[in-house]
Amino acid sequence: MPTSTSTYQNIVCDPDECMGCQLCEYICSYVKTGEFNSYRSLIRTVRIVPIVTISIACRTCEDAPCVISCPRKALSQSPETGIIYIDEDACDGCGWCIEACDFGAISLNPETKLVEICDLCEDLEDGPQCVKWCPKDALTLATTEMVAQKARRKAVAQLLHELIAS
Amino acid sequence: MYSYSGRILHVDLTTRTVRTERKPEDWYRTYIGGIGMAARLCWENIEVGCDPLSPGNPICIANGLFAGTLVPVGGKYGLASKSPLTGFIGDSLSGSWFTVALKRARWDGIVIHGASDDWVQVFIDDDRVEFRDASHLVGLGALETEEAIREELGDDQVRSATIGPAGENLVLLANVTNDGRQAGRTGHGAVWGSKKLKTLSVRGTHGVRVADPDELLRLSFDITEAAQGPHTEKYRILGTVANVLSMNRLGLLPTRNYQQGVFEDAELVSGEYMSEHHKVKTLACAGCPIACEQMSRVQDGLYAGAIAGVEYESLYAIGPNCGLNDMKAVIKAIEICDQGGMDTMSTGVTISWAMETFERGIFTKEGFKCAKYPEGFEPYFGNGEAAVTLAEMIRDREGIGDLLSQGTKRASAQVDAERGTETYKWAMHIKGLECPGYDVRGLKTFALGLAVGTRGACHNRSAAYDPDISGAVDRFSVDETRGKLASSTEEYAAVYDTLPLCKFIRRCFTGKADRAGAWPAIANLINATTGWDFGYDDVDLIGVRTHTIKKAFNIREGWTSKDDTLPYRWMHEPMKEGPSAGHVVSEEELAYLKGLYYEAKGWTKEGLIPKEKLIALGMDDVAEEIGV
Repeated sequence: MPTSTSTYQNIVCDPDECMGCQLCEYICSYVKTGEFNSYRSLIRTVRIVPIVTISIACRTCEDAPCVISCPRKALSQSPETGIIYIDEDACDGCGWCIEACDFGAISLNPETKLVEICDLCEDLEDGPQCVKWCPKDALTLATTEMVAQKARRKAVAQLLHELIAS
Repeated sequence: MYSYSGRILHVDLTTRTVRTERKPEDWYRTYIGGIGMAARLCWENIEVGCDPLSPGNPICIANGLFAGTLVPVGGKYGLASKSPLTGFIGDSLSGSWFTVALKRARWDGIVIHGASDDWVQVFIDDDRVEFRDASHLVGLGALETEEAIREELGDDQVRSATIGPAGENLVLLANVTNDGRQAGRTGHGAVWGSKKLKTLSVRGTHGVRVADPDELLRLSFDITEAAQGPHTEKYRILGTVANVLSMNRLGLLPTRNYQQGVFEDAELVSGEYMSEHHKVKTLACAGCPIACEQMSRVQDGLYAGAIAGVEYESLYAIGPNCGLNDMKAVIKAIEICDQGGMDTMSTGVTISWAMETFERGIFTKEGFKCAKYPEGFEPYFGNGEAAVTLAEMIRDREGIGDLLSQGTKRASAQVDAERGTETYKWAMHIKGLECPGYDVRGLKTFALGLAVGTRGACHNRSAAYDPDISGAVDRFSVDETRGKLASSTEEYAAVYDTLPLCKFIRRCFTGKADRAGAWPAIANLINATTGWDFGYDDVDLIGVRTHTIKKAFNIREGWTSKDDTLPYRWMHEPMKEGPSAGHVVSEEELAYLKGLYYEAKGWTKEGLIPKEKLIALGMDDVAEEIGV
């Protein structure tokens, strides 16, 4: 599994909780295009039979490979939020950023031939809509450190539970 | 039109040509989608009276009205052909991504005609249709085939409906699989196999548009939230397998080929046991916020590594019904069925018939020779390895599997004709379709619902167990209310099957699952999606029309009231023990119930449909052909 080194928040999916329902794709594509279409979603559900399901969106990497790879300097990263911005005038849809992304989190808009990347719904008051809609709370907006803290707490709680039970 | 494209795709496998048919909006308002539209397409396109495995029997697929939108549990499609098991309408539903891809390719339905000489895969790539060689896919399991095609076409958004080896071998118990879900019943896999159609794949790249997206989002969000609450707890926590212990408590759990309604080892094959020892993951269909599929794995022993999604109906059929208390063998047998592309219910009930026939001395060990056991084996009740091996033999039509591949009705008729026996007395089917996981000797309303079912013994099309189990009526006796109840519960189910919406959402609209609780909310969803002006009565009519077109199809294929019957055992052998002990559905009771039912429908005493009734439903052409 490739790793990212982001200290920024991004959409994190817990594969134990994700059931593969794909509702995140529907709401994302609706918010971005006004239609329901997984091909236009900036978060993608991956299902590998029989039991693996996970949704993946931009990981807001530090020193983001997509930004570095762009030959036309069309991509830039916000130093505050880590969100990757696309200069639509500069982007010519060459796809190098797509290839550079270890997570497959960048897609090409089939109509405009420009790349698209999750922007964490930064312009919406109630934040990322995939997080809002995820019926199993598998998606969260978090940094990797927040995910690690949660995992630690869960592990210790489990240990405690076993100690009490024994 | 919103959500619909107005287009039906016709594919002819004989000539390898395609054409587009345009349907008017009124047609969609009448038949909607799912089971209703699929059955109507079958009515329009079949060669009347044809052999179900002949080129004249079309494969009819109808998309879901809500597929591809955020409406919860709307990712379902209907599949209809003339059933090779029953000779009547074979209609199935399956969930998940295939239907979403089809919606995005902008096809409301597909009709596949004719038959191919060589194995073929049909690939629908938005408007383009490609006939591709499928010889390299022959022999692959259903799930393996899906992966192979994704690899071959290089796009993981390509979704396929496919048959496994059972369908290729024309096993009448074969089904159609997509995304690990199945259009499970009535033998669709054999119909596909008879046309040498291995797979139907779809890539759809267009967005789905609805009339009032803001309203649809608002409605859908509330239902999605409600679906995380108490109304779906059973499905989310244990899944449908929670039924094992409930049915056992009521004395209705089919045990040893329906000889008993109580299984002494029910705990060992219960949802609770499975959850603790075998569950590895819960999965959802596309667009489903509930997630009920319990993926279960065998960790050790003879079947280590076997993994399958386990539903109650699969579990009762192969578990208690075959006397099995070994969850590992049950999971293995379900995996064989799922990969082989076979209906677990019909397979389980056919195996249990063979087991009883063996225990009664009609079949002997020598009759069960196969490559794995050259000396044969003894398929007594409770023999897990026998159930596993028989599932494989049915899939491959090896040895006695060839006989069993034809299902209980034909297998018992053949044995009885050859040997002068009476094995039909324990052949548990209605109209040729094997019975579901409820013993109706203790459910008299449901007994009627099953007997009159248009696709044979089916717990999904009739919901008449509900008044029996809820205590609304006395489940052990009959009275004049039952005709109306059987009629109204099957039309209720048909609304869900036609939109389609998964019935597990039925309490999430208002907390009440009845018509008053659900229909207004469903009307709102329909209107926000389509821009129509449906009200309570329009929603109710969806079910009436769907049921009517299926019944009309059967009448045209030669149905008579004699076909509405129950297995010999349920009518002649009182239940031996448990809470339903002593009960049987007598011939007199059944005749009385059927009379009430036909009357409630407004049909003739013979169960035929008056012309004016059909015309009032907007089915004038149907009235002309079969109305009386």
